Amino acid sequence: MGSLWGRLDDVQGDAGYGSPSEHPPRMGFFTDTSVCIGCKACEVACKEWNSVPEDGYLLTGMSYDNTQELGASTWRHVAFVEKPLDVPAVDLGMPAMGAPDTEGVTWLMSSDVCKHCTHAACLDVCPTGALFRTEFGTVVVQPDVCNGCGYCVPACPYGVIDLRKDDGRAFKCTLCYDRLKEGQTPACAQACPTESIQFGELTELRERAARRVEELHDRGVDVARLYGADPDDGVGGDGAFFLLLDEPEVYGLPPDPIVTTRDLGSMWRHVGAAAATLVGLGVASFLGRRR
Amino acid sequence: MVPEPEFESYYGRPILKQPTWKTPDVPLYLFLGGLAGCSALLAEGAAATGRPDLERVARLTAAGGAAAGTVALVHDLGRPERFLNMLRVFKPTSPLSVGSFILAPFSALSGAAAATEVTGRFPRLGRLAGVGAAAFGPPLATYTAALLANTAIPAWHEAHRELPFVFGGSGAQAAGGLAMLLVPCDQAAPARRMALAGAAVEVVAAETILKKGLVAEPYRIGRPGRLMKVARNATTVASAITVLAGRRSRLLSAVAGATYVGASLATRFGIFEAGLESARDPKYVVVPQRERMRARAAH
Ligand code: SF4
Repeated sequence: MGSLWGRLDDVQGDAGYGSPSEHPPRMGFFTDTSVCIGCKACEVACKEWNSVPEDGYLLTGMSYDNTQELGASTWRHVAFVEKPLDVPAVDLGMPAMGAPDTEGVTWLMSSDVCKHCTHAACLDVCPTGALFRTEFGTVVVQPDVCNGCGYCVPACPYGVIDLRKDDGRAFKCTLCYDRLKEGQTPACAQACPTESIQFGELTELRERAARRVEELHDRGVDVARLYGADPDDGVGGDGAFFLLLDEPEVYGLPPDPIVTTRDLGSMWRHVGAAAATLVGLGVASFLGRRR
Repeated sequence: MVPEPEFESYYGRPILKQPTWKTPDVPLYLFLGGLAGCSALLAEGAAATGRPDLERVARLTAAGGAAAGTVALVHDLGRPERFLNMLRVFKPTSPLSVGSFILAPFSALSGAAAATEVTGRFPRLGRLAGVGAAAFGPPLATYTAALLANTAIPAWHEAHRELPFVFGGSGAQAAGGLAMLLVPCDQAAPARRMALAGAAVEVVAAETILKKGLVAEPYRIGRPGRLMKVARNATTVASAITVLAGRRSRLLSAVAGATYVGASLATRFGIFEAGLESARDPKYVVVPQRERMRARAAH
C-alpha cells in the first residue's frame, strides 16, 4: 500500500517501480488555457487514436460546448465560457486565428482531461486492481480486469472516470500509454495547434508553467493562475495540470479537491469502533431478564 | 430559511459523476449486510443461552441475507461474470475489496450454520461455523459505511465518522426487528434489547449527521429527506411499542419488529439517495471547498 496523502516526489517508486533511476521520469500534461482557441482538435485526435466510441450528439446551448463533460467515451473535453466583459481585453499572445469576434465578451476555453493524480482515489478504491500506476506515473484502467463495480466513479474528486453503459466497464484517459511506451507524444498534445496542451516531464512542465504565469502577470493578466500544479495540494498535485484565467469552478473544476483516502485511517477506525459496539450490544442483549 | 449560497459553476453542471450504483441493488445490499451480520450475532447468543426458536430464525436470516446480498452486489456489477475479480487482490484502501473478503467467508460460514440447523446433521460443525459467522457479522454490518464514505460524494464523505454507527445500529435494529416478528415473545427478549439498543445508536449518529450544515442538506430535503424522516418516526414508534408491550403481546411485538425492519430499509435508501443528490448539485462541492480554502487562508 503506497502513501495515501501529502507530498510524494516519486510516485512510481511508491507504486513499486524502484528508485528514480530504475523507472522513466513522471510524464504529464500542462494545459495552458490562455492560448486555447477551442478548436477541439484534441477531442478528435483522442477519439481517433484511442478508438473511443461515439457517445451521442446533443445541442446543449452551452456556448460551443456540445461535448458537455469528460466521461467513459470522452477523454478530452473543451469547455467554453462566455462571460460579459468587465475588464479591458489584453493581448494574451494568442495565435491570429483566435476566437470568433464577439465584442463585449471574454472567452474562456479549456481542454479538460484526467488529472492523473499523485494520490488517485480511483486507483485506491478499485477492488480488482484494474486501475494501476504505470511506470510513467500515470493512472490507467486495464479493461480486461475491470468488472464494472463502478467504485472509481464517485471516488474521483474531479468527476472524470465513468462506466460505459453498453459495455459495463470503466474507461478514461490513459495519457496514451501505448504511445508513451513508443516514446511518442499523446495524441491530443500532438494535435494541438497552439501548444495549449504541452506534454513532457512533470518537473520540467511545472517550471515552464511557473514562468508562463509570471510572464502573464507581467503583462497585466492578473487572473492567470495554476491549477493542480502544487505537489502539496489535496491530491498531492496533478500529473495533468492547468493554467486558468478564472476560478476553477467556472470551468467545472472543484476549487479544492482532497483525495478521499486522506481520511481512510479515520474511516476504518470508526468502522472498527462501530463493529466493537455491535459486539458489546450483542452480548448485552443476552444479559438480564430471560423473557 | 438559510439563503441560497452564492457560487460559480460551469452552466450549473455537476462537478462529480453520478454514482453508477443501481437502486435498489446497492441500498438493498447495505440493508441485507446489516441484517445478516447482526443476525449472526443473535444466533450465537441464542445458541449459547438455549433459545432454539430464536437461534433458528437468526441463523436462517443470516444465511439468507448474505445470499440475497451477494446476488444484489453481483447484479450491480457492469460485468457480473467477472465477480471473482474482486478476490484477485486484497486492497485495504478499497472498502469494496475488504468487504468482499468479509462477505465471502461470512456467506460460507452462515450458510453452513444454517444448513446444519435445517438438516440437523453435524451440529457441532454447524455451531463452529456459527461462531465464525458471528465474528464476521459486525464487520459485515459496518464496513459498508466506509464503502460509501470513501468517495468524493460530500454527503457521504463528510459523514465518515458517524456512518459506521448509523449502519451498525440500523443493522441491529433490523436483525432484532425481524426476530421479534418471527419468534415467540418468550424467546425474543434479546432481539428486543438488540433492536432497542441499535435504534438508540442509529438515531444519535444520524442526528449528528443531519446537523452538519450544507453538506448534510440532502439528508434533510427532498425524497431522501422524507425517507430519513420516515425512518426516524418509524424507529420511534417501534421503540415505544417494544418498551410498552413487546414482552406481553405477540401481535404488538410483531408489529414493532416489522416497523423496525421498515425503518432500517428507509434509512439505507435515504442515505444512498442523499449521496446521489449531493453529487448532482455543484453547490455541495464548491461551497464547502471554498469555505475550507477561506479557513485555511485565515490561518
Ligand atoms: S482525475 Fe479522477 S480518474 Fe483521473 S487519476 Fe485522478 S481520481 Fe483517477
